[in-house]
Amino acid sequence: MAIDTERTGTMNRIGLEKGDYRGGATTLCQGCGHNSISSQIIAACYELSLAPERIVKFSGIGCSSKSPAYFLNRAFGFNTLHGRMPAVATGAMVANRSLKAIGVSGDGDTASIGLGQFLHFLRRNVPMVYIVENNGVYGLTKGQFSATADRGQVIKKIGENPFLPIDICQMGMNLGCGFVARSFAGDPKQAKELIKAALSFEGTALLDIISPCVTFNNRDESTKSYTWGKEHEIPLHDVTLVPAREEIQVDYEPGTGSMVELHDGSMLMLRKLERDYDPTDRLAALRVLEEARSAQELITGLIYYNAEQPVLPQVLHQVQTPLAALPVSMLRPDATSLEALQADLR
Amino acid sequence: MTSATISRAPATGSSADRAPRVNDFSMVVATVNGSGSQTSNMAIIRALFRMGIPVSGKNLFPSNIQGLPTWFTIRADAGGFLARQESAELLVGMNSATFLEDVRRLPAGGVCFYADHFSEGLDRKDLIYYPMPVQALVRELAPPKELREYIANMAYVGIVSRLLGVESEMIRSALMTHFQGKAKAVETNMRMVAAADAWASEHIVKTDPYVVRRDDRTKDKILVDGNTAAALGAIYGGVSFAAWYPITPASSLAEALQEHLPNLRTDPATGEATYAVVQAEDEMAALGMAVGAGWMGARAMTSTSGPGISLMAEFAGLAFFAEVPVVIWDIQRMGPSTGLPTRTSQGDLMFVRYLGHGDTKHVVLLPATPTECFEFGWRAFDLAERLQTPVFVLSDLDIGMNLWMTDPLLYPDQPMDRGKVLSADDLARLGSYARYRNVDGDGIGYRTLPGTDHPLAAYLARGTGHNEEAQYSERPEDWSANMERLWLKTETARQFVPAPIVDRMENARLGLICMGSVDLALREARTQLAREGLPTDCLRVRALPFTSEVVEFIEEHERIYVVEMNTDGQLRQLLQLEAPAHAARIGSIRLNDGLPLTADWIRRAIRSEEGG
Repeated sequence: MAIDTERTGTMNRIGLEKGDYRGGATTLCQGCGHNSISSQIIAACYELSLAPERIVKFSGIGCSSKSPAYFLNRAFGFNTLHGRMPAVATGAMVANRSLKAIGVSGDGDTASIGLGQFLHFLRRNVPMVYIVENNGVYGLTKGQFSATADRGQVIKKIGENPFLPIDICQMGMNLGCGFVARSFAGDPKQAKELIKAALSFEGTALLDIISPCVTFNNRDESTKSYTWGKEHEIPLHDVTLVPAREEIQVDYEPGTGSMVELHDGSMLMLRKLERDYDPTDRLAALRVLEEARSAQELITGLIYYNAEQPVLPQVLHQVQTPLAALPVSMLRPDATSLEALQADLR
Repeated sequence: MTSATISRAPATGSSADRAPRVNDFSMVVATVNGSGSQTSNMAIIRALFRMGIPVSGKNLFPSNIQGLPTWFTIRADAGGFLARQESAELLVGMNSATFLEDVRRLPAGGVCFYADHFSEGLDRKDLIYYPMPVQALVRELAPPKELREYIANMAYVGIVSRLLGVESEMIRSALMTHFQGKAKAVETNMRMVAAADAWASEHIVKTDPYVVRRDDRTKDKILVDGNTAAALGAIYGGVSFAAWYPITPASSLAEALQEHLPNLRTDPATGEATYAVVQAEDEMAALGMAVGAGWMGARAMTSTSGPGISLMAEFAGLAFFAEVPVVIWDIQRMGPSTGLPTRTSQGDLMFVRYLGHGDTKHVVLLPATPTECFEFGWRAFDLAERLQTPVFVLSDLDIGMNLWMTDPLLYPDQPMDRGKVLSADDLARLGSYARYRNVDGDGIGYRTLPGTDHPLAAYLARGTGHNEEAQYSERPEDWSANMERLWLKTETARQFVPAPIVDRMENARLGLICMGSVDLALREARTQLAREGLPTDCLRVRALPFTSEVVEFIEEHERIYVVEMNTDGQLRQLLQLEAPAHAARIGSIRLNDGLPLTADWIRRAIRSEEGG
């Protein structure tokens, strides 16, 4: 099944070339998984024909959080504080519900210093693609353990990590996230399709992408290394996103795949691989995560999907107009109302 | 009824011997926290107010839900001085646990209303005692069990009103307001008020001189607490995003937003909200959310108290450095640390002014009354967007949670100032854009808002070092140029912040400087001092950075005292930095005991500094 996104030559449907989605030159290490993910974000936005001006980028602090400078120069962005991206993104997306948000964080930023904000963000179902570029290690401060580091992992100056890693996707499940996916920076095609699917989802779409740190945590025995990922990745299915306006050209034979319809009408095609997997089955999702954790398998794909939850601006019964764009006439009540209020204060 | 229903003989003659004291008393109501006495106290205050008598109420309450003692002070003053007083002449003793102590505090000639099942503390010969058969009246009226405690408190409303001369129709009208017109609730309470009133008129012979009489001194005033006024100010300032985390004494500000926003800011066409209020998981997140919304272009705020400000330090620095407009209310309570959550202070001034590491300086507004809370409520957004920076508003527990008689809230007299914002059309016309360029020489760049549909519009806001284009930069000249521009911007702020209020007296050589709620007691103290032959001038600072009037005032006066409610003399220290040539002669009058200052204390303190 091929999706023809190149049919207008180098221009996408809104007349932009891929170069219109690029960012500044990366300053991350050569071979860093994060660069690969930035490329897939660029490709996904280009292929979906999203206007960069309608996208907002968020990040915290760390290697991963630098990357919003390396994609979508024409999108606004906010490189916030360590572990505090969720709060800023929450306020921003409530203030302007018409924009699409991509948040990029790391395992230290999300699972260590920012765990609290991350969980509350999931709980509120703030509309944003939340990408965790997960490498189990602090890069910018030169190689300390994060909260997703493997138990028993050894770092020269520090020793052995005695603690269990936090599983980002299990956190997503626990907090009621309606889009929980895991991918691998070494599997760019899958990462791109999942990013596209996440961009087509209305609520918080959580993407835990194992993204090897080539400098500090790429030894073959590390579950966050390229070698380990290549050897242990077990895709749950083969994923392809068919955007809303495009014709679905392939129908799966019964029992060979399924489709998930996303909020904007696009379809995520899930071709069956070794096992039957239904991402709308919450118990199955919990089971597959737990089994993968105990067997140390890198399960990838769309783990859980539930489009039923209202997003935060809906919960808050907000007007459709972005709060940030309301005219003065809708912001300042008239003088009569103030007089009426004060009658009660006399 | 018990034998205690017969009034004891007054110690100092009968009311006939003494001139009546009209509209001039402080009364302390001693109750148990959580027993519902607030309704009773509010009824008395509103009734007095509606009789045209200047009145204020201050609640001295414990950090506790239920069971600990609480004291509510009501002051009526024909002259309109409504600060706390050091002692109250009238006591309504409803709490057996504190009654002995409460009686001990009464001055000679004081009046003690007491629940008549108390058996101790009734032996001071220099007091006038009036018993209140609270339990008997409750038995007689048999209110529903769940209302019993509330209704019991209405007994003192009836008896005190009878003895002072508070009009019962005004009590009814006050209860109508309190219960938002719910007639049944009003009647249930009024039955007790009437029964207690009738009992008092039958059984008590008035022997004290305290009376109230209808006057006309409140007709241009309102009764409101500062947190409600602040919330209304924010609403009329166009707040469209508020995030908060519960904390005493700031919670009632956010709760007032949630109470009034649905009425004032629902889109009539769709019934949907033109605002959002989010209760955050902590104060870090609360300010973080407000920063996100402010960056997006919404009028965004948060409200908190000292411990929350501590948590907000990191985001305050980010908002200062990334130049994001946001409004932060700090309803000050006593610190350091958890401190005294239910006591007032002015101890956050320095911390808030410099909140954040590195060279951070914030604009701070200092309201003194609920009326000013309203005004600064809307003005703070204009300032934040004009200066593209966080604006802190420092209120305190006394202003925020107590009921003040104050000037009416004035509808904003200026259109909203949204500051320097470029549209897509502007960008097309200009052909280039740099977020942090000092185009106008005032240190303030031009903002674009996310969603602006032009390829030049976007920038990556950040707390890291950046050049004019908001790109990451470690170049020394980029860093220092940016910091110099920020420094210039804080100088520019002086032109926009509210000027101080100066009040002068003839022949004054002494200059007093204050801020915030201290003003109330200081005005009264100055009147007393003037009467004693010591006229003073007074300057009330209303904002940081200081405006030029402040140093001029210091220069003009032989001697200067800064009167404030904190231990370190924080306003004084800031003034010493601002006017180093005069630093040595800026004196300090400060008290930090958790209670609002009194005029008597200030007068004595100034007297003592001035050598008698």
